[in-house]
Amino acid sequence: MTHAPAQVSYLDDGHTLRSWLLTTDHKRIAILYIVAITFFFFAGGFAAFLIRYNLSSPNGLIGSAETYNRLFSMHGILMVWFFLVPAVPVTLGNFLVPLMLGARDLAFPRLNLLSWYLFLAAGLVALYAIVIGGVDTGWTFYTPLTSFYSKGHVVAAVAAIFIAGFSSIATGLNFIVTIHKLRAPGMTWYKMPVFLWSLYATSVILVLATPVLAMTLLLLVFERIFGIGVFDPAIGGDPLLFQHLFWFYSHPAVYVMILPGFGVISEIIPAFSRKELFGYKFVVWASIAIAVIGFLVWGHHMFVAGTSLYSALVFSLLSYMVAVPSAIKVFNWIGTMHKGYIRFDAPMLYAIGFIGLFTTGGLTGLFLAALAADVHLTQTYFVVAHFHYVMVGGMVSAYFAGLHFWWPKITGRLYPEMWGRAGAIIIFVGFNLTFFPQFLLGYLGMPRRYFAYPPHFEALNLLSSSGALILAVGYILPLGYLAWSLFYGERAPANPWGATGLEWTTPSPPPTENFPVTPIVTQAPYQYRQAVAVER
Amino acid sequence: MSGYFPSATAEGREIDFLILALTLVSCAVLALVFALIFLYMVRYRAESDAYRGAPGRKTWRFEISWTAATLTVFFVLFIWGGDLYVRLFQPPADALQIYVVGKQWMWKVEHQGGQREINALHIPINRSIQLVMTSEDVIHDFSVPAFRIKHDVLPGRYESLWFQVETPGTFELFCTQLCGVGHYSMTGVVVALTQPEFETWLSGAAPSGERDDMAAAGKALFTAHGCSGCHGENGVGGSPATTGVSAPALAGLFGRLVKLQTGATVTADEKFLRDCILTPDKTRIAGYPQIMPSFSGQISEEDVLRLIAHIKSLRSGSRT
Amino acid sequence: MSNAAAHDFQFASAEHQRETAISGIWLFLASEALFFGPIFLSWIYARHADPSAFDAGARQTDLMIGLTNTALLIASSFAYSVGLAYIGFGRRRGMVVWLAIAWALGAAFVGLKFGVEWQMDLRKGLFPGPNFGIHGPERSGAQLFFAFYFFGTALHGLHLVVGLGLLAWVIFRAERYTAERHSPVHVVGLYWSFVDIIWLILFPLIYLMGRAS
Repeated sequence: MTHAPAQVSYLDDGHTLRSWLLTTDHKRIAILYIVAITFFFFAGGFAAFLIRYNLSSPNGLIGSAETYNRLFSMHGILMVWFFLVPAVPVTLGNFLVPLMLGARDLAFPRLNLLSWYLFLAAGLVALYAIVIGGVDTGWTFYTPLTSFYSKGHVVAAVAAIFIAGFSSIATGLNFIVTIHKLRAPGMTWYKMPVFLWSLYATSVILVLATPVLAMTLLLLVFERIFGIGVFDPAIGGDPLLFQHLFWFYSHPAVYVMILPGFGVISEIIPAFSRKELFGYKFVVWASIAIAVIGFLVWGHHMFVAGTSLYSALVFSLLSYMVAVPSAIKVFNWIGTMHKGYIRFDAPMLYAIGFIGLFTTGGLTGLFLAALAADVHLTQTYFVVAHFHYVMVGGMVSAYFAGLHFWWPKITGRLYPEMWGRAGAIIIFVGFNLTFFPQFLLGYLGMPRRYFAYPPHFEALNLLSSSGALILAVGYILPLGYLAWSLFYGERAPANPWGATGLEWTTPSPPPTENFPVTPIVTQAPYQYRQAVAVER
Repeated sequence: MSGYFPSATAEGREIDFLILALTLVSCAVLALVFALIFLYMVRYRAESDAYRGAPGRKTWRFEISWTAATLTVFFVLFIWGGDLYVRLFQPPADALQIYVVGKQWMWKVEHQGGQREINALHIPINRSIQLVMTSEDVIHDFSVPAFRIKHDVLPGRYESLWFQVETPGTFELFCTQLCGVGHYSMTGVVVALTQPEFETWLSGAAPSGERDDMAAAGKALFTAHGCSGCHGENGVGGSPATTGVSAPALAGLFGRLVKLQTGATVTADEKFLRDCILTPDKTRIAGYPQIMPSFSGQISEEDVLRLIAHIKSLRSGSRT
Repeated sequence: MSNAAAHDFQFASAEHQRETAISGIWLFLASEALFFGPIFLSWIYARHADPSAFDAGARQTDLMIGLTNTALLIASSFAYSVGLAYIGFGRRRGMVVWLAIAWALGAAFVGLKFGVEWQMDLRKGLFPGPNFGIHGPERSGAQLFFAFYFFGTALHGLHLVVGLGLLAWVIFRAERYTAERHSPVHVVGLYWSFVDIIWLILFPLIYLMGRAS
């Protein structure tokens, strides 16, 4: 395979459709993914908009409960599997892993392209499932509702997720092997940026947990199609077995969703504090600890499901344990800011917002880990608020932070900074307005997945729906100014932020083979006190 | 907007206290986090000339300290929550049992005296109430926010929760496990009455005519389905001499330990009795041949509960 | 072979590329282990809930066919290893012969399992559903046993057929392999052995457990 010489950027290395659709360049594949991910984010977001619209009245506004049930199910499925799980790994990860390692590409570039096509195929099946009517079981597909009673299109929806799973596994496998095998000379494990450690931990979960979901979905589909299955109590099966199998994947999956975000924040805070990351080794091992302990807490989704008291106690204790490394990270990020030289560009605003929103979400996780409190709060809007704080307030903010931070490197353009800051602030405000009232709603007893609700919950729901309007503006704004910057943005220098890391030593955007000469690494990461001056 | 949502039970108040403690801890941590970030944003902004000092200091002490503090707080919360949870799901021995069957999309309640309700549950205050619940179809969840209690209701098994209400009132009941189109409408009320009012309600709602209290209804079913044919009148047990087959005695069985053919010993509770009736293959009693037929598909969940109520009422040693 | 040290541009050497490919397949096999793991776990869990019915199902399986199939797959893995040893010495022809033997043994398994055994099982009415052939109190559990049986053997069979395709691909590209450079042979061999191991777990679950009761 011949690539263009080092003076030609990867964006200019071939202008045909074929050169894009058959590319094996990890950077182009990242762009292909950004397009797909963005589409699904707005598709799932549109469903969210309709949900909040429906909930602004106690009697429901969108027509029927069946439609509403399908809406929140598709919202969950799209957001979990077609946005959050892939987001940072396939976009920023694909683009940056080789660059940060000093490598020319991933270990298996053609597998990488296959990952994208699998994702595309999965997405098309998901869209097909939506168009023919969607599914009404929630993204959690509990049995026997899903296998014997649902009138929705279970097999189509499950097929989409099944295919997407292979895309995840392939990406995770590629990252693990690349990080083991393609590090530049001198880059020991402890010289890697935390972003790489985070993706490594994420990839381990992807490779080991996703297959369990694949098998669970196959068993579910078998039961649905043939009317006989291991989850059916009528023949001695157990609906709880489905829940155990499902959550054995889906809990580690939430760490797949958040760990890359932690990695992004761990790059941005040092860069915009111009100070090395506080407690690098602790942050690194906290990521590994989260991945490992994360496999041991699935039962906390089942505290009122009918498991034994003993198992509940064990899972509660382990759930508290898994929260400790996340807390360690938050303290370390704040420690990084201490005595730094802090700048407030958009990536930093998003990162600071992340710390606030993620910490809030994480703290409310402690409520749910406390067994007796969980009895009251589970299955209510408290849980909905909790996971949206960590997933949306946390992860989506981290994704936007990373997108802004590496935008100059990826596109060769600078985005308009004022708009970037405005977007970050609007999102922070809109998000809190949307989701904080839901903690109160949950405590007051409003169940989740309700098409209509008792009138005394109306005021808080109205507040939440109003916040959602502001949040929507905050999310659409970057779509506008980032697209604008592609055509009219100022050309970016190699290192507009004065950040450390091998990716900033390449031009913006980089050439196809990244490094004409393989770099040799001698320094630990985040050496900001001795770092280059800001080039802007 | 209601900011105050009192609990009607003592355990519910304990849960509120735990939630309050969690809220205070969270606020304290958040305040610390926000304060530090805000402080640093101001004091250490790039343009300021605050003293930064030399970089690179040992971070061990901080890491150990905040990790240890976090672990301690978490452990306390775990113990607190766990202890309360165990008490929440271990009903007192003298609890009044009421039976609940969930189905798409309604709650069917039956009191021991045969009083039936749909989407409503009348109970006396100052008495422990234990709900024995099952589902006819999918998984539901019986939730009463005012009591801070809920539990999933599964097909094919019995789950239970208990509560003791202190003040009369009417409290919202929700289904909180997605169960289909009518999930949002599977709601109702729990009506807590003083003891005299409850007695009045019971007699007012008492079944008349052919319908009996649950145990009496169960007795009729016991005969109608041929149970006495093997297990003897009043469940005294069967032998080749009396009934023609060896069948275990049911009188006095409820609550006792039973040895199975697998060697395991189990307690004969509601779940065990239900399994015996519907899937006798799984509950073969040691010392008896496995010839009991399964009544799966022939007896409704409510009739199973009535049969169980009858078996519970059989005392050993009765000669009638 | 033009350049003995040819390798893809992201690798430092051919050896580097070879090591990386081997790491990749091991990781893939780890994910496959986590894929089949849940079904084995679910199988054992379901069996525990109704052992006598599962035994009744197991007694309907044909032990001779099962044993033959096991022998076929073990022999096939062995033959593949011999082929791999041959190419390790650069003996291309030996590799092709033994890999072809491995392929034939694998194909024989597929023929025996799906052409003969499944047909027999279906004729005996062992597919779960309203026409299921076993009656009595064990009917439900036995249906569940056969649900696992058909599901598990279908999934294993699918992996085996993919393996046959990979083996054929390796055989047809035999000209490219040398003593120093034959990592595709090694990679496919690992996959083939893994599929064999999955069968070695399926075999007792289907044919042995409960047969003697």
